Amino acid sequence: MSSAPATGPAGVRRATRDAQEPVIGGVAAGLARHLGVPVLWVRGGFVLTALLGGMGVALYAGLWLVLPADSRFEADAPGLESAARGGRRPARGRRLGDVGPAVALAALALGAVLALEAVFGRAAIFWPVFIGVVGIALLWRQADEAQRERWRDTTGRVDPVRVVLGSGGWAAYGRLAAGVALVVTSLSLFAYRGGSVAVARDVAVSALLGVVGIAIVVGPWIYRLASDLSAERGERVRTQERADVAAHLHDSVLQTLALIQKNAQDGPTVARLARAQERDLRSWLYAGESADESTLASALRRAAAATEDAHGISVDVVAVGDCDLEEPLRPLVAATREALTNAAKHAGTGRVDVYAEVAPDAVDVFVRDRGRGFDPGAVPDDRLGVRHSIIDRMARHGGAAEIRSAVGEGTEVRLHLPRPARTRQEDQG
Amino acid sequence: MNQPGVPVRVVVVDDHAMFRSGVRAELAASGAGQVDVVAEAADVDEAVAAVEAQRPDVVLLDVHLPGGGGAEVMRRTATSVPGTRFLALSVSDAAEDVIGTIRGGARGYVTKTITGPELVRAIGRVADGDAVFSPRLAGFVLDAFAGTIDVAAVDEDLDRLTEREREVMRLIARGYAYKEVAKELFISIKTVETHMSNVLRKLQLSSRHELTRWASDRRLL
Repeated sequence: MSSAPATGPAGVRRATRDAQEPVIGGVAAGLARHLGVPVLWVRGGFVLTALLGGMGVALYAGLWLVLPADSRFEADAPGLESAARGGRRPARGRRLGDVGPAVALAALALGAVLALEAVFGRAAIFWPVFIGVVGIALLWRQADEAQRERWRDTTGRVDPVRVVLGSGGWAAYGRLAAGVALVVTSLSLFAYRGGSVAVARDVAVSALLGVVGIAIVVGPWIYRLASDLSAERGERVRTQERADVAAHLHDSVLQTLALIQKNAQDGPTVARLARAQERDLRSWLYAGESADESTLASALRRAAAATEDAHGISVDVVAVGDCDLEEPLRPLVAATREALTNAAKHAGTGRVDVYAEVAPDAVDVFVRDRGRGFDPGAVPDDRLGVRHSIIDRMARHGGAAEIRSAVGEGTEVRLHLPRPARTRQEDQG
Repeated sequence: MNQPGVPVRVVVVDDHAMFRSGVRAELAASGAGQVDVVAEAADVDEAVAAVEAQRPDVVLLDVHLPGGGGAEVMRRTATSVPGTRFLALSVSDAAEDVIGTIRGGARGYVTKTITGPELVRAIGRVADGDAVFSPRLAGFVLDAFAGTIDVAAVDEDLDRLTEREREVMRLIARGYAYKEVAKELFISIKTVETHMSNVLRKLQLSSRHELTRWASDRRLL
């Protein structure tokens, strides 16, 4: 459904890293989102402070350490997740344009380094440290990537190779190799400064040996731990999912099918049951279609569902934007319900379109049918049902309603309600 | 480009055989003489093979398809069959999938609840090179340009819609037919179609996307 995510319950707002499209670690994007400022400012701030003796770099690294990624266990609707697991959804490819900022930042960093070197001439100690830092950052970035991939691992297994390499690919191997090479180079350079080539070689070899040794000692243990963990996790996930699916199918699909079997001769009833079931299953599978009355769009959807069930017509709701359903908006929902009922009763058509648009300063709802229509001028004055329940109701609450109809062309009810300023501010905050 | 009297050649791509035969039956019933289903396919590989072998006028494409979805079919056939147009037909209502498929090159999107005659009309429009916006797609498009849909596939730097284009999209979202939109805005149907094509073009070709296409055409990606 085309509705904005509803604002969640108020709580402590915690900053997170943007794990979806990070340039380096997603810190700047996450921070910008948290502070509500353009991401360019944050990036600029980091670059500027980086020039002040590298404080920005340290700050970035520190935040990278402590900020959690934003999408660890983000769950999609079951239908979409299943489609994603089966490789049936269009993949989100990284585009050439996404690499641009990273290249620009790298160029800037290199420029800053060269400038510093030109001013201070500290190449001797500066370069080993710089290369080492870049190497560690690369390794870190890879670990981060791998972590993200691991959360996405759909088989539920925790594979140690996967933990390090993510889903593999030349980028992962490249980052890993480049990171290790840079760190070793840095160590060698540092050692070379203090002594001869032989010392440098010894240091490099011993560093490598150290890494390999740790891997040999700790490796099997990590491997066992990982397989235990993955078995446990897989079991839990499977059980829960099966229980959820079974419960849902029992409550909805099976019951409906049983009813349909009983009423097989009754065409309209079967159609009504099937429609209600489709709506229900759709909202379960493709989330975002909820009808829980917490937001305007969901309240309109519920009104549409009620009309569908009561009158056996089909109502298509399209909502652009969304907002919390607050008291001032309720007359709008009531008027929409009334308009839907009128269309279902009098239009003589099987289909009604509802379009809602939530703008910062007003809400508009349009209810349109292509039924037989009527001549609004010819409605006798004593038939005030529409006038009373729709036009007057909207007018009482500071809105406006207009009914346009022509014989043979259907009817459209237009509802307009300005939004109070308070709501607007909350929405933007 | 599509001569009257000559049926539009269509390939139906969907991973559910039941749905494919349903569409085939519906098109045979409502579109006899106008639409001719020349092949069916159940996944991306089959679809690519069928499209390249048949070179149909229109491909009815499911958004969710084994092998990478409808977008993958369009990506792999983009250069080999330039004359073929794609119409997305899906039960999925996830905005990001639908918009992603449109951005992948589809000329329109209709839901699977569409009636036979409406589907035949939509196929005819797409074959003629026009865009087909269902009310739901129009809603998604308005959301995408307003930045309300959080879709990775939608760039921050989408060209803005003009006030007139927004107006047309709104009316489509309200359930107006093309000729009713024209009447409402006191413009010709041709102008409505031009506006719709412009919206589709803006959605498909923002600056980044153009860059990607330029690069992939030259095998740089």
